[in-house]
Amino acid sequence: MTATAQTGAQPNETAQAPKTAPRVGLFVTCLVDLFRPSVGFAAVKLMEDAGCLVEVPAAQTCCGQPAFNSGDRKDARAIAVQTIRAFEGYDYVVAPSGSCAGMLKKHYEELFDDDAPARERAAAFSAKVFELVSFLTDVLGVTGVDASFTGSVTYHDSCSGLRELGISRQPRKLLASVEGLELKEMRDPDVCCGFGGTFCVKYPDISNKIVEEKTKTIRESGAGLLLAGDLGCLMNMAGKLKREGSAIEVRHVAEVLAGMTDQPAIGEKRQG
Amino acid sequence: MQITSPQFKANARHALDDAPLQRALGHVRSGFITKRAVAAAALPEFDLLRDNARDIKDHVLAHLDLYLEAYAEKVEAAGGTVHWAETAEDARRIILDICRKRGARTVTKGKSMITEEIGLNAFLEEHSVAPVETDLGEYIIQLRGEHPSHIIAPAVHVNKDQVEADFRRVHTHLDPERNLEEPTTLLGEARAVLRDKYFQADIGITGANFLVAETGSSIIVTNEGNGDLTQILPKTHVVVASIEKIVPTLEDVSQILRVLARSATGQDMSVYTTVSTGPKRAGDPDGPEEYHVVLLDNGRSAMLGTEFQDMLRCIRCGACMNHCPVYHAVGGHAYGWVYPGPMGAVLTPSLIGVDKAGHLPNASTFCGRCESVCPMRIPLPKMMRHWREREFSRNLNPATARYGLALWAFFARRPALYQGVTRLAMGALGLIGRGRGRFSFLPLAGGWTRHRDLPAPQGGTFQAQWAKAKDTRSKSASGRASA
Ligand code: SF4
Repeated sequence: MTATAQTGAQPNETAQAPKTAPRVGLFVTCLVDLFRPSVGFAAVKLMEDAGCLVEVPAAQTCCGQPAFNSGDRKDARAIAVQTIRAFEGYDYVVAPSGSCAGMLKKHYEELFDDDAPARERAAAFSAKVFELVSFLTDVLGVTGVDASFTGSVTYHDSCSGLRELGISRQPRKLLASVEGLELKEMRDPDVCCGFGGTFCVKYPDISNKIVEEKTKTIRESGAGLLLAGDLGCLMNMAGKLKREGSAIEVRHVAEVLAGMTDQPAIGEKRQG
Repeated sequence: MQITSPQFKANARHALDDAPLQRALGHVRSGFITKRAVAAAALPEFDLLRDNARDIKDHVLAHLDLYLEAYAEKVEAAGGTVHWAETAEDARRIILDICRKRGARTVTKGKSMITEEIGLNAFLEEHSVAPVETDLGEYIIQLRGEHPSHIIAPAVHVNKDQVEADFRRVHTHLDPERNLEEPTTLLGEARAVLRDKYFQADIGITGANFLVAETGSSIIVTNEGNGDLTQILPKTHVVVASIEKIVPTLEDVSQILRVLARSATGQDMSVYTTVSTGPKRAGDPDGPEEYHVVLLDNGRSAMLGTEFQDMLRCIRCGACMNHCPVYHAVGGHAYGWVYPGPMGAVLTPSLIGVDKAGHLPNASTFCGRCESVCPMRIPLPKMMRHWREREFSRNLNPATARYGLALWAFFARRPALYQGVTRLAMGALGLIGRGRGRFSFLPLAGGWTRHRDLPAPQGGTFQAQWAKAKDTRSKSASGRASA
């Protein structure tokens, strides 16, 4: 894949994207880094198509959410300091995850309650952070993508993206521009899938009950492909669908928007 | 009431296996949510009212001592008596004293979560005073020897058939052949049975949704009218309320009322909103001869000025549990004490200690739906996280979780090492999982794989793949940037 060959995205004329290519630091997220690198490449492609200069700082690991949500502020704070430093100098910090972007954008500041200068630095950092699809639409003004996908999909609104960052119509709008794609909404797409980070292993039985309800609504939608913007939720729902023997495939929304569906879907084996 | 919060996991397992309970919980999922959404959407200023409601309570909490004094003065001026109860034990004693002085044998009760909190019914029974619940849901669970599983729909876990069986078991004076098919017949029967109790009762005990500082009034909102009969017919009316129920004025009450019923049941207003101010005055056609207010602290003043103060804004509408996926899965009893759902996950550790209630703030996916519907804009997930912080700093969470976290953090704080290790690990895991694309069992991942497969990694980390492509990419990218 070369960076210059693709010019599919159609930036909106009226959007106030800077004239020179914005420098974007990609926050890969630990799950994409470890489990599904193809989502990272899809994110890079989408942003480059929209005219961004994308870089991936090496000094990133995780947003710190596992520590933060486990009550371990000290480690969360150390990871935040490290992340803020790694992304200094970029115009934007973009993550292909509502949950991680929510952590970077909505919670970093409160980690530095007792340190005004650090808090200010965190606030300046957070102001630059966006979730991928929200960045494409809300910041860059992208109104459509040059991709095609033949089949029906259903879209799950992951909790943090929806409720912390207000992401709901943006992915649907971009999906509507994918040639051949039919969106079949599931009932209650805004209800949690039961992942919840460490919750799913701390309370597996409750998590299972919640994801069972979710896969029921996914199956009822009649769609052949489930999409969402968070790999954690996707692995949870894919893991359950596969355990139930469902043929419904599962992918990150960026893969479809970037037209990069050549990799096996989540939890599926490689062909041949 | 016996606390089973430490056994939350076992309670939850039990609830998940309880088929009738699971059927009943289906109604919570479908019923309340749509009704609230419709009611909220029909009122354009709903979100503004939520802001106002929050601000009113924040103001009260900042000056709680002053408002409490003002309220108490007004109650006394209206001829009522105020009792200050620091603990649940104090409150029980005070109420028993009032019963003794009035020679009470039977007390009727309006719906009150505070009397659940102080375990009043069991205490009165031990002292030969018979409490009779008059709210239909409360009446049902009293017959069943249970506790509420929801703060506004106490018997939401009970199915109609179970109620029918309970009524046949207890109402033995009625025709055993009677038809109880229709829910309305059940309601009619409960009404008839309770009607007699209202007249027998020596004392009526109610809770309060609001205590109004300006007038010294207590206000209850109900849908069945049982609260009115409870407080008007007996000679003595005892209000039991916690200190944060104070609001400055009746105008403030009307502001909060506009979000309360809409959030709770989707009604514009509850059917009855009843204001009581002191005992019966000369010339009043009815009302009690004595009017007492028991003001309960029970740990609330200790929440003031802490990261949990916002929780004291709660008006007990139940919207948070109605929208909670965990509550939907396990119901209210699993939480193991009086207050279930997200509000319970924050409040219970404050009231009974995080050492006992530690599971509650942990058993949340942080999906944030509770906060998004809370009429008082209480940041429930944030406060659950604060409880986790307290647990973490006191080493109360399980050792395995602590060590796992520490190990993870060690690597997450060292990017170069992290990338080296993950590159190897994910490469290996990707190879092992490649055949099927997923694992149905993995050592140390039992929590995950018990119920679902674990998708295998694609193999090789993004960082490793990116580093490989970096040289060519950075050249072409910088070429483009300067173009
Ligand atoms: S926390 Fe909010 S939503 Fe829950 S009962 Fe209290 S006021 Fe209602």
